[in-house]
Amino acid sequence: MRRIAILLAGLLVAGLAHADAGTAVKASHAWIRVLPGNLPAGAYVVLHNDGAKPLALTGADTAAYGEAMLHESSATGGVSRMRAIDALPIPAHGTRTLAPGGYHLMLMDAKHPVHPGAKIRITLKFDDGSTLLVDFLARPASALSDKD
Amino acid sequence: MKHPRVPRLALFLLALACCLLLAGCQHHEALPFKLTRISGHMPDLQFRLTDDNGKTVTADDYRGKVVLLYFGYTHCPDVCPLTLAHLHVVMQQLGKQADEVRILFVSVDPTRDTPQVLHEYVRAFDKHTVGLTGSAGAIEALTKRYRAAFSREPSGKDGNYEVSHSSAIYVFDRDGHASVLSTPITPQADLVHDLKLLLDSGD
Repeated sequence: MRRIAILLAGLLVAGLAHADAGTAVKASHAWIRVLPGNLPAGAYVVLHNDGAKPLALTGADTAAYGEAMLHESSATGGVSRMRAIDALPIPAHGTRTLAPGGYHLMLMDAKHPVHPGAKIRITLKFDDGSTLLVDFLARPASALSDKD
Repeated sequence: MKHPRVPRLALFLLALACCLLLAGCQHHEALPFKLTRISGHMPDLQFRLTDDNGKTVTADDYRGKVVLLYFGYTHCPDVCPLTLAHLHVVMQQLGKQADEVRILFVSVDPTRDTPQVLHEYVRAFDKHTVGLTGSAGAIEALTKRYRAAFSREPSGKDGNYEVSHSSAIYVFDRDGHASVLSTPITPQADLVHDLKLLLDSGD
């Protein structure tokens, strides 16, 4: 009986710990391509869903920019286009990459000039109501990834 | 069976002579490009626009340089910077020869892309890049000349709009003749290869 109680308590703690973490998603390689002036910037990140249920990235918030939009670039028939998307699915135990030329966050209207080397804190929002705070590394315009 | 060998040799020599003759007229036909060849299919480089220093320039100002022509706009946060960042790597791989190449970034969004905005923008990528802007008519004429589609699509809020644009990079030789077509997904090594051919072919 006591063993069951301990087990239950253990599960409860695990459950709480999970709730604390907020989301089953882990982020890595988060970076922003900073453009001169107040031009919109693209933000990129690798998202891994540790959970057994599929999730979707539905938006982002940051104090550093007036607006953060989820976008997809595509090049079909030799024409480059961008479109806003409402939700970006991340499969259960799977990975979704936001990378140049594909999915990205478009950050508009920087509140203060953002310089390469700075860390920009962005809250990622998911369709299960969970959120994830991620520090994005500001990188120069000519960067191709989060590292050289 | 000695007989067929002679005509074969003769044919080979004839073919070789033809190649050399053609090469003499239009030597780029003979260059072993890796990218899609557009010589003969696209007109010579020709425009009259304003550069990012506010100076009126024409295609003649870039004769003697190998030119990479790319249509884009500065409010494009993803694909345009990616393309220019890739071209920066290509230029680095060319080493000293990069000085004989110019990347012409033509804005298809002249309302927002003033020479000043373009100046800051192109400098952030590669020093061999020139930003070009001009009247809507002059830019449209240039995009039409190279069959580079573009359109403005309102994105709703704040009167902002997105521009869809041709993703191609047009490569011209030192005489302004269209040579090859590159795209954002072309392997950098292939573009470097073809640029070297054009740079080394000499004129």
